[in-house]
Amino acid sequence: MADVPVMFRSTTPERPRLSSAEAREAIQNAARALLDEKRQLTLAELDALADVPDASVPALAALAHEVRLEWCGDTVEVEGILSAKTGGCPEDCHFCSQSAKFESPVQATPFLDTADVLAAAQETKALGATEFCIVLAIRGPDERTMDRICELVPLIEKEVGINVAVSAGIITEEQAKRFAEVGVHRYNHNLETAESFFDQVVTTHSWAERFETCQLVRAHNMELCCGVLLGMGETYEQRIELIGQLRAVEPAEVPVNFLNPRPGTPFASRPLIEPLEAIRWIAMFRLGLPSVILRYAGGREVTLRELQALGLTAGINALIVGNYLTTLGRSPDEDLQMLQDLQMPIGALSKVL
Amino acid sequence: MEATYCHWCGTALAEHSDRQCRRELDPPRFCPQCGRRLRVKVHTAGFEAECKNHGLQFTADQSID
Repeated sequence: MADVPVMFRSTTPERPRLSSAEAREAIQNAARALLDEKRQLTLAELDALADVPDASVPALAALAHEVRLEWCGDTVEVEGILSAKTGGCPEDCHFCSQSAKFESPVQATPFLDTADVLAAAQETKALGATEFCIVLAIRGPDERTMDRICELVPLIEKEVGINVAVSAGIITEEQAKRFAEVGVHRYNHNLETAESFFDQVVTTHSWAERFETCQLVRAHNMELCCGVLLGMGETYEQRIELIGQLRAVEPAEVPVNFLNPRPGTPFASRPLIEPLEAIRWIAMFRLGLPSVILRYAGGREVTLRELQALGLTAGINALIVGNYLTTLGRSPDEDLQMLQDLQMPIGALSKVL
Repeated sequence: MEATYCHWCGTALAEHSDRQCRRELDPPRFCPQCGRRLRVKVHTAGFEAECKNHGLQFTADQSID
């Protein structure tokens, strides 16, 4: 598109790269651990893999693909998401166009009508998706919001016949219990970034609060969907730290977002991650979290451009189809064609425990 | 009705005609008639952008420059 503003890319590697011989050895050692010994890598082993040279990224991706097939199979899980309540959020997540703290072109809208939510779920199911996530831009749900969500979840399941996920911010023990009772299949609450970087991204709540909500979700036997957002300025060490912290909350699913800098937000002029660098980190997250559902999420179109199919042979085994919360995705037909061309069947996944 | 404001960034078109503000994969955000921010309902396979004063302005089905 000729009239798209120039998006800057980050280009300089922050740590020295391994030689190709060292990279080969590190990849072979990781293959032995993950495929022969069937054990997770230590964080130190993972850290050693992060510095393979760009020329070895396809080899790293090939191992991640083999690990995904061995630990999760070839099925790809397709999900649709809906921003059921947009904008006006009191939190200040520096990447987000829905915060009321920044001047953003995104207009706040109240909770959508039940008919709109049902229609969105139908539309999602018609694309072959098995999961539909209702997302709300809030710190956490108040009583009225709880009632609306708790009314919608069983209704969508009954009327549409799709697994329903919810993303409604920080929740209490009582709220987690209610969500579990009404049949929330998966609850989304992202850690977004490493604990050591979090205060550069959000100041209105703590990383510990997010961690606690993640634990409550698991304690109430809902599947935890706990995503990351890469490219906010975190270091390689912090990405490895994040993988360790994700292991601690045991998510069924990890959506991988790449920063798509939003106008008006504090991160509006951050550079995009380079496409090959994004593939390196998709592979790293698969190698670090071999059994999770690793989902393509926001920012993949602008970050990866023509390399999107490569992510699915680098460890990704799920995707968000169609549009995102406030931005658009590429056409669902393109994604479905990509999966068909890769000969990857679509279906529901659960974490292999 | 003729557009007065840029539907991508809300700037008056008299001051701004080259649409350098357009971002890939963003829906229109401003009413071309009054420049007010649109309420944009984004869902899996489409979107609708509505102005509080001027009603529905854009949907995913139309081609938007």
